[in-house]
Amino acid sequence: MTTIRCDIVSAEAEIFHGEATLVVATGVMGELGIAPRHAPLITRLKPGQVRVHAADGSELFFYVSGGILEVQPQVVTVLADTAMRAADLDEASALKAKQDAEQALANRSDAMELAEAQAQLAQAVAQLQALERLRKQLKH
Amino acid sequence: MANAREIRTKIKSVQNTRKVTRALEMVSASKIRKAQELMRASRPYARLMRQVIGHIARVNTDYKHPFMAARAEVRRVGYLVISTDRGLCGGLNANLFRKMLAEIRAWQGQGVEVEVVAIGQKAIQLFRRIKGVTLTASASHLGERPHVEQLVGVIKVMLDAYSAGRVDRVQLCYNDFVNTMTQNPSSDTLLPLQPGSDLAVTHDWDYLYEPDAPSVLDPVLKRYVESLVYQATLENLASEQAARMVAMKSASDNATKLIDTLTLIYNKARQAAITQEISEIVSGAAAV
Repeated sequence: MTTIRCDIVSAEAEIFHGEATLVVATGVMGELGIAPRHAPLITRLKPGQVRVHAADGSELFFYVSGGILEVQPQVVTVLADTAMRAADLDEASALKAKQDAEQALANRSDAMELAEAQAQLAQAVAQLQALERLRKQLKH
Repeated sequence: MANAREIRTKIKSVQNTRKVTRALEMVSASKIRKAQELMRASRPYARLMRQVIGHIARVNTDYKHPFMAARAEVRRVGYLVISTDRGLCGGLNANLFRKMLAEIRAWQGQGVEVEVVAIGQKAIQLFRRIKGVTLTASASHLGERPHVEQLVGVIKVMLDAYSAGRVDRVQLCYNDFVNTMTQNPSSDTLLPLQPGSDLAVTHDWDYLYEPDAPSVLDPVLKRYVESLVYQATLENLASEQAARMVAMKSASDNATKLIDTLTLIYNKARQAAITQEISEIVSGAAAV
């Protein structure tokens, strides 16, 4: 029986790696069954289940919350998203990142930071000088 | 004995400092292992992603995604900089910023504007002060286990700026983890995507795109950029822990040296005081 290599990975972990006789996934256009020697294909996945008929006859299920499916004649690659992704969710996090930056700019308190840094510097210099004095004392 | 007591308090305080630096050193040592594990876990995705991108770059298609095409004129450059949240990690951030600022000055010298998206407190603190550079978005406090979702926002800001034509080039700056002793500050070009040299070969096949090329390639390339930034974040995290471990180790060693020195001085002072007392008693007795 011919098999096709199947890799399912997410950005943060490897999920599955092995030989399969059939891989079934939910693409944006509908359910796809990938058998060995399928034509090259690339599509987005909808949140749903990926079913892998492993070479040893067992059937495995994986839930993916979206991602990308790439098919080469001998390899199926599922690049799964790690979390729920949707355009409006992405938009919201982009907005948040911008706001964070604006807040950082608004809270700009150069004077205070500078004073703090100078105090630290003065302390460090004083310690260094003390150390140097001790060294000299030791030599005498 | 006033002097001796002073020295004794000084020794105590240095000992306390050493306790702290020792603890930090050990904490970092264990965190490096965790960070390296994360790097290892994310590698399969990056490898397969590169493979898919390699296939895409090779196929014979009429559609060219804007991320793949280099622009003739660069008017504005976007920098995505990854730094640490906390200090006490030696010159890690300083080295990265020095390299980056040199590049930014070079761009500005050519009349190119620069905007920055910062990840990590240290970069935010620096770039909100620097003149002539706009900080457009930021993220911080990713913790020891950064997740892709935490980065999506800042990456999207940059990608949108690139798609809209506001920036013509995106650089990614982070510390590349080589090993515990070495971390390289790096600045890689993120956009336009740099096809590898072997990708120039064109094949006479194409994918079946479902539904069509633009709507498939767009998310693929976005995910690719995200995975690159995520990887860089993990590299930077491992670098941070390694740099902190080394810095704390040398701090502990310095503290030990300082304690030895102070102990010697303390003993000398004590001995001098005793000698003086004896000579006072003896000379007092002789006078009687």
